[in-house]
Amino acid sequence: MRRYICLFGLCLSSFSFAAGDPSRDTKKDLYLGEAFYYAFQGEYVDAITRLDTELGQFNRLDDPNLDPMHFQINHANFSVGDFELSYRMHQRAGRAIKSVLEGNVELSIRNEAAYRLARIYMQKDDHRNALKTIEKITGKIPEKIRDDELFLRAQIYMLTGKFDDAIKILQSLQGARDFEGFSTYNLGIALIQNGQELKGFEQLDKAGQISSDDDGTLAIRDKANLMLGNRLIAAGQPELAKQYLDRVRLTGPFSNKALLGSGWTDVALGKFDRALVPWSLLLQRNVTDKAVQESMLGVPYAYAKLDLHGKAALLYGSALEKFGSELAKLDASIKSIREGRFLKALVSDELKQDKNWVVKLRELPETPETYYLLELMASNDFQESLQNYFDLDDLRKRLESWEDYLDAYEDIIKYRHQYYESILPNIDKQFRAIDSQMRLRLEQRQALDDRSKLMLVSPRPDFLETADERIIRDNLRILTEKYKNDSSASANDIRRRIKRLQGVLLWQTKTTYDKRLTEAYKHLHQLDADVERLRSIYRSFVRSRQAATQSYKGYDDQIRQLRNRVRDSKEKVNTLMARQGNMLNTMAINELDQRRIRLEEFQVQARFALSESYDRASKKQQDEGGAK
Amino acid sequence: MNRFQKSVLMALLLCMVAAESMAEEVTREQIKGLDEQVQDIKKDILGISAELTQLEEKLIYPSNTQVSVFVTLVKGDKFRLDAVKVKIDGKDATHHIYTFKELEALQSGGVQRLYTGNILAGEHTIDVSLIGKGSGNSDYLQNASYKFTKSVEPKLIEVILAGPSSSNQRIGFKD
Repeated sequence: MRRYICLFGLCLSSFSFAAGDPSRDTKKDLYLGEAFYYAFQGEYVDAITRLDTELGQFNRLDDPNLDPMHFQINHANFSVGDFELSYRMHQRAGRAIKSVLEGNVELSIRNEAAYRLARIYMQKDDHRNALKTIEKITGKIPEKIRDDELFLRAQIYMLTGKFDDAIKILQSLQGARDFEGFSTYNLGIALIQNGQELKGFEQLDKAGQISSDDDGTLAIRDKANLMLGNRLIAAGQPELAKQYLDRVRLTGPFSNKALLGSGWTDVALGKFDRALVPWSLLLQRNVTDKAVQESMLGVPYAYAKLDLHGKAALLYGSALEKFGSELAKLDASIKSIREGRFLKALVSDELKQDKNWVVKLRELPETPETYYLLELMASNDFQESLQNYFDLDDLRKRLESWEDYLDAYEDIIKYRHQYYESILPNIDKQFRAIDSQMRLRLEQRQALDDRSKLMLVSPRPDFLETADERIIRDNLRILTEKYKNDSSASANDIRRRIKRLQGVLLWQTKTTYDKRLTEAYKHLHQLDADVERLRSIYRSFVRSRQAATQSYKGYDDQIRQLRNRVRDSKEKVNTLMARQGNMLNTMAINELDQRRIRLEEFQVQARFALSESYDRASKKQQDEGGAK
Repeated sequence: MNRFQKSVLMALLLCMVAAESMAEEVTREQIKGLDEQVQDIKKDILGISAELTQLEEKLIYPSNTQVSVFVTLVKGDKFRLDAVKVKIDGKDATHHIYTFKELEALQSGGVQRLYTGNILAGEHTIDVSLIGKGSGNSDYLQNASYKFTKSVEPKLIEVILAGPSSSNQRIGFKD
């Protein structure tokens, strides 16, 4: 069920990313989408890394409202929590969602956060905090989680003894398609636990008759029937129990247990020949299954009860042989696990490509130890430990590749350093020379600009003379000086002509002053375009120059620290992997030991029963001989 | 006590023995303790991973030259995308052959960063070719070009792909 909830959580995330509000299509954050791309493939390290990096950058922005991420910031915060949850980082996921819960957010968002946090607590088996959190939900609950929230709430109530409340909720969920079978089964259990056995049985009976194409629903249907069957056996009603046990499908996960139980109900009713039907079916199944092994004793037992002691003796003998070979297989498996082959098989990449890898692993001839571990592998503790082992193995590989990355980065930096250090001094020298020229020209331009602005309020025609006019004016000034003290008649004439020419010059400059000023502005404006181009080239050069320095300077400390962190983490991962591996091995060996003990018990029973059947068969033969 | 009852009792007894044996070897506290340590190391390593990603971006793809090409599928389009090829300014930039898992991730709304590289500021052209299968397993081939301008900040180009039955443009671009 835990897996079911977890997968459901991911579906929920994917739905909310894919759907969302329509405006998001145009404003979606590509990096957030990239994180989902990895999450959808189960690559949570990449998904969390991308989203963490993106959220870190977003939180450092001066104006986050300009970033497309701000449209989806709540969604992103939830998603990082969801990814962490899927990556089995309950502690951090809890903190991330808790911060949303305690923040100043809308009620519907707060309710969703509370739901997710409660789900985390449930996954950690912390029912008390799960109850505390789910009870914080008040008011409107987002549509997409409404039924999930109710189902989770019911589960929490059941686990905290609030059966009346759980029953009410589960009754309201009876029409919910997503929980078809699950809600009825849970309602039955809640009623039984609340002391309303008959009503509970009614609901289990209902759950046991649901028709569906869904594997999950069919499995819960079988489970309901098996549970009813077992309850009725315990209550001494084997006839009724058999009806339910016979409803269990012959191919589902509960079929072996149901067949075994069905045989025992026949035995309890004294119908030994009928018991042979389900048990003979079981005998043809995988010999490592507990129910199959028990049926190997059950079948000869039934034959013995039918007074077919010879047949019984033969079957006990066959069972003894099989128990012996299974015990040898168990010994070989325990040895194989101790030699580390089990862990090696678990982390093989080839195996992980297959969705049904647990089943496939069981079929591999080189991993005999897994024959008996299917049940253990399905247990929550083992699954959690195994997933941790997989994660650690993945992290170990990543850390190894990161060491290579860091080597490559250092090489890049070294080559860039060699390249730039040889060319940059000369470039800098040339740049300084050009820079001083540029500054001078810009100052000149600024002076012209200031002067032209001044000329608007106090006109200065002389400033707008052309070069020729300036030369003429200078020449006239020289001539004036030359003939200043000459009193001859020709000099007087020359002075008059000079004055006339000066007048002409003044007339020209004064009458064309506005036009000249406009022209000057135009030219200055044209110059501005060139100045802007120059500034753009200058800025581009400065950026490139800075980029050149930044491409190889300032990384040493960061890379050294990263290298140390990678090395430390690698050591920790190796230690944890060894401990986790040891734990898995211990769990596997424990499981195999239990199965060994059980088989040895069966062996003892079979030996006694064999001799008894043999004696009875011989006695019967003698009696029959005597009678003849 | 009949055989049936004996058997049930024995099974119960075995379960108890098993539970005790397990408790001695691997306790829930041990599992939980180790799990917490694994969570801690995951947190540390995710921190390293994020820092390495930033370092890589700064060192190899600085923002003034960075260009990234992202691939998305038109919402609800379920055509089979087999491969995509990207050229920038006429030169091969990258190509990608899709696995089933990757295609599913795209169809679910995921965004794939197909390419990150470096180009100079200015005008550029991107050419995208896609190979896939349409309805009835017919071949589906499309090509499209797009002009874009690279400036100082990182350039992100979204390539939006649509199947043969879509009313959208077959290969759309957004930057």
